[in-house]
Amino acid sequence: MPIITDTGFAPDDAPDLIEADDLPETGERLTIMLPNDADPSALSPAFNRITLIVVPFPNAADGRGFSIAKRLRGLGYRGHLRAQGHLITDQYPFARQCGFDDVQIDSALAARMPEELWLRAKTRAIPPFLRRA
Amino acid sequence: MAKAFKPQIISANDLYVGDVVYMNSGGGWTRKLAEAAIAHDAGDAEKLLQRAVPQQGKVVGPYLADVALDDDGRPFPTHFREKFRTRGPSIRPDLGKQAIYPERHEPLAARGGI
Amino acid sequence: MYRYDEFDHDYVRSRVAEFRDQTQRRIDGALTEDEYKPLRLMNGLYLQLHAYMLRVAIPYGTLNSRQMRTLAMIAERWDEGYGHFTTRQNIQYNWTKLTDVGDILDALADVEMHAIQTSGNCIRNVTADHFAGAAADEIEDPRPTAELVRQWSTAHPEFAYLPRKFKVAVTGSPNDRAVTKAHDIGLRMLRNEAGEPGFEVIVGGGMGRTPMIGKVIRDFLPKDHLLPYLESILRVYNLHGRRDNKYKARIKILVHETGLEEMQAQVEAEFARQMREEGGPVVSPNPEHIAQIAAYFAPPDFAKLPAQSAKLTKAIATDPALAAWVENNTADHRASGYTIVTISMKGMGDAPGDATTAQMRVMADLGERYSHDELRISHEQNVILPHVKLDDLPEIHAALQKAGLAAANAGLITDIIACPGLDYCALATARSIPVAQDLSQRFAEPARAKAIGNFTIKISGCINACGHHHVGHVGILGLEKSGIESYQITLGGDHTETLAIGERAGPGMTAEEVGPAIERLVDAYLDVRDSDDERFIDTFRRLGADPFKAAIYPENNCAAA
Repeated sequence: MPIITDTGFAPDDAPDLIEADDLPETGERLTIMLPNDADPSALSPAFNRITLIVVPFPNAADGRGFSIAKRLRGLGYRGHLRAQGHLITDQYPFARQCGFDDVQIDSALAARMPEELWLRAKTRAIPPFLRRA
Repeated sequence: MAKAFKPQIISANDLYVGDVVYMNSGGGWTRKLAEAAIAHDAGDAEKLLQRAVPQQGKVVGPYLADVALDDDGRPFPTHFREKFRTRGPSIRPDLGKQAIYPERHEPLAARGGI
Repeated sequence: MYRYDEFDHDYVRSRVAEFRDQTQRRIDGALTEDEYKPLRLMNGLYLQLHAYMLRVAIPYGTLNSRQMRTLAMIAERWDEGYGHFTTRQNIQYNWTKLTDVGDILDALADVEMHAIQTSGNCIRNVTADHFAGAAADEIEDPRPTAELVRQWSTAHPEFAYLPRKFKVAVTGSPNDRAVTKAHDIGLRMLRNEAGEPGFEVIVGGGMGRTPMIGKVIRDFLPKDHLLPYLESILRVYNLHGRRDNKYKARIKILVHETGLEEMQAQVEAEFARQMREEGGPVVSPNPEHIAQIAAYFAPPDFAKLPAQSAKLTKAIATDPALAAWVENNTADHRASGYTIVTISMKGMGDAPGDATTAQMRVMADLGERYSHDELRISHEQNVILPHVKLDDLPEIHAALQKAGLAAANAGLITDIIACPGLDYCALATARSIPVAQDLSQRFAEPARAKAIGNFTIKISGCINACGHHHVGHVGILGLEKSGIESYQITLGGDHTETLAIGERAGPGMTAEEVGPAIERLVDAYLDVRDSDDERFIDTFRRLGADPFKAAIYPENNCAAA
């Protein structure tokens, strides 16, 4: 399950993920799996104890994760944010612009869409509205 | 009583041009319905479809379509949607397949006033 | 008119390169058809029955003569010599080859046009009143707002993969010519008691399988809160809109199932959160840029002219065709001595909204010469010359006659909206164009059409309702029934500010039965209206559907159809 960053493929860091529903009362440096139908604001009291939130993308047409990322960032989450699942290279800039730090895909998809395609996607033109802001 | 199997052919749209194509018995693609491979039972139909589906680099959306056979065993479409696909727009006889292969298109039943 | 700056130019051009790259990846196999399809749709490219179809945006319906000539050139060079103007201020080319699309998009980019977000589950081409900046009844030109929404929504990273398509319309006039209540979001420009500009925000309208009239989610939204508020609505929709069933995925279903009050609470909470964010809302555009957009839509330099044109009056006296055309196809302009011309794309027997290459060039010439180089596309599939001197009407009419574009039927029974239907469209269940052609020939006689007066017929070839059948005074919906085309008639729809969804008249009928049924319906209306000025829709509202159902289904001889 390679991870895609702005500099290319990185190996899977294989964190143990806790379901957002099972968030423990205590503990630091938590790594969380937040389903894309869950309410991101439920995590906000624990933001300072969380180092990673992973948001699943079940298929490339399901864009809920983008809004979850925007909402998490809007709520003040500053930790690492990862999109995981079926994303295609064309969605990489969207994921970054919405606040994700990186993207994780499975090996079969990585074989079909090699590193150079992801690096090329990174250079896509930024829409004028974002450039003027 | 088991429902009688209607003969079927594989139709799709050409990836590059977008027009209607049919799979022939060699597993290739033809623009002439008369050259389409015909499945006479469900097993044949499934085999044809399995041959067509992986051909994403050539066609889009292959599917099985019902046909009837004329006295010479040549296929023609039964559903009106498929008739339009084999012919072209009814309002523009100068465009589409009907303009390229005019001999292949049996006229639709006359519709009064339209 | 808005002019691209370097950011716009760069972006549109780079999107063409991106599309070429995406298409190459599809051909190479890096992208499956399922992955490629949303990408091509977001660039306006459909695969229809006989070919690819490219839908090009005409944002808020405004274009200049150079752009219209490019549309003609594309039709000539890469298509079959014609294009189809749609109900959402787009033009469609029906015979596109995948391998030509990159070149077509480059040709569009040359004249500041594109096909971005004319399809796909994203925020679509933003539409507006086609009389914007010209209409006498206008409060404010809606186009700067529409342009701002276009810029905000273009490649919005959060909203490119919504549950379903999302359509926004803007009107600056109390007389709604943009069908705002049948959009996912409708914006009506108004002023509050203090005289400050803002919007009434309408949400959850739409046609399709489940037609709904939009509901007011905010009575008054100050103008500079627009984008954070839109962002809030879209975020709530993107998170909570249904993704399990594409027929229930539009925001109208979310509003319906959630309830307006709860929806409103969620949107307002999101909005409040955005407004609280450090440094103000994230989506506040640069005020200088907003001012610049507004400046682009400053009214042209109108000449000081008398309210009446002696030249026109004299010409009308000797030319009844001109007189009829002026009566039907012109509308009140805000400047004295000017008028708004509707060029009907509904000649008798024509396919509604279709224009040939030659006709597009004639209209481009007329726009350049007589209308401050501006043309508009209306959701009624007509072309508008927005700023015309009354003095110039005789010359314009003569030129249109030569081009076969002088049908004097704007707003009359033959000014029919029709989608492409099963003659072209892969989603269609029945044909629409032949039904429109048949009806326009039946009512072709000008005196009869005039006697009938304002009467809208709208035809869709499937339940998706691109032909707006729900809001036609008479709507016709083509379906498939037992292997043949079958047509349902609806009555009493209204596309204006008094938006209404038509009610079904009775069982479906064959294509050849539609024409006679509509003739009986019209005859019944002429019999029962209380004066020559009572429009069909008013008679319908006064008497209800029964007399008209009885006319459509005489065999039942009662109202129980």
